[in-house]
Amino acid sequence: MSEHTEQVEHIVGATTQSFIFVWVALLVMTAVEVLLAYLQVPTLIMLTALLGLSIIKAALIIAYFMHLRFEKLSLFLTLFPMLVLCIILMLMIFMPDSLRSLNMRVVQ
Amino acid sequence: MSEAKAVAMDSVWEGGGSPYAIGSKKFGMWLFIISDALTFSAMLVAYTYVRISTSNWPTPFHFSPSIIFSSVMTFCLLSSSLTMVMGVHAMNHGNRKAAVGWILGTIVGGLAFVGLHLTEWLNLINNEHVTTVGNEWGVPLFGGTFFALTGLHMTHVVIGVIYLGIVAFAVGRGKFTAEDVEVSGLYWHFVDLVWMFIFPLVYLMSAKI
Repeated sequence: MSEHTEQVEHIVGATTQSFIFVWVALLVMTAVEVLLAYLQVPTLIMLTALLGLSIIKAALIIAYFMHLRFEKLSLFLTLFPMLVLCIILMLMIFMPDSLRSLNMRVVQ
Repeated sequence: MSEAKAVAMDSVWEGGGSPYAIGSKKFGMWLFIISDALTFSAMLVAYTYVRISTSNWPTPFHFSPSIIFSSVMTFCLLSSSLTMVMGVHAMNHGNRKAAVGWILGTIVGGLAFVGLHLTEWLNLINNEHVTTVGNEWGVPLFGGTFFALTGLHMTHVVIGVIYLGIVAFAVGRGKFTAEDVEVSGLYWHFVDLVWMFIFPLVYLMSAKI
């Protein structure tokens, strides 16, 4: 009986195949990242590529594994814009300063 | 879905309905995840700050063993995320036995990650002589930020393994609902997600081929 009542409402959304597809995509992107490190790409290109790939990977995990793609839009809008805003504020405040202190450093 | 519940969800203005159409446990975990994401982003920003402003930042991560180790660790975490999502899927279909199996697989992935990570730490401590307060390259902040960042993440993995152990035990005994498993899955995927930023920024950016 209890097994029957556990046929839960929200089985909408991702299927087993899509989980495996996302997993393979994540592994491929990780492999590309390691390859970039192995090839010793110039630092700025490397940083851009790594951060870009990481954000895509994070988005895939949030959308499919964490099921957010199949939730109401209001949940996403409540949670993520303020997180992104806080991160951008941190970067805007600290990153120019870190570059400035690099130039102020006494050359040995 | 019961009819009364469906009506309440259809019109939020009637009162009693959830504006997000999810349970309070799940919403609570989401709020925790966002606040924890802020903690990790602050630490990553702090790490990036000292990384940029130090011209002689050390690159102690040789391709073998460090990068290979951390790549395998990434594989372990990603695969454990897959098994977790399979566990949630099985639980959503009312299959408790399969769910317990998948969650145990997730725990194995987490333990493999912690084991490999500790080996990698010991390699750094014993072979490269890095401590939290100093190292041979004269950049003490390297050890401080590295151990703080990866240590906090490893703490999250260990807590996740304990959490999943409790969930697997309870689900096996016929307790907990599909929502409880899904909430523990959210936490586990978040830990995986954080590693997707720590691995490239800490390891790959300081690789030495």
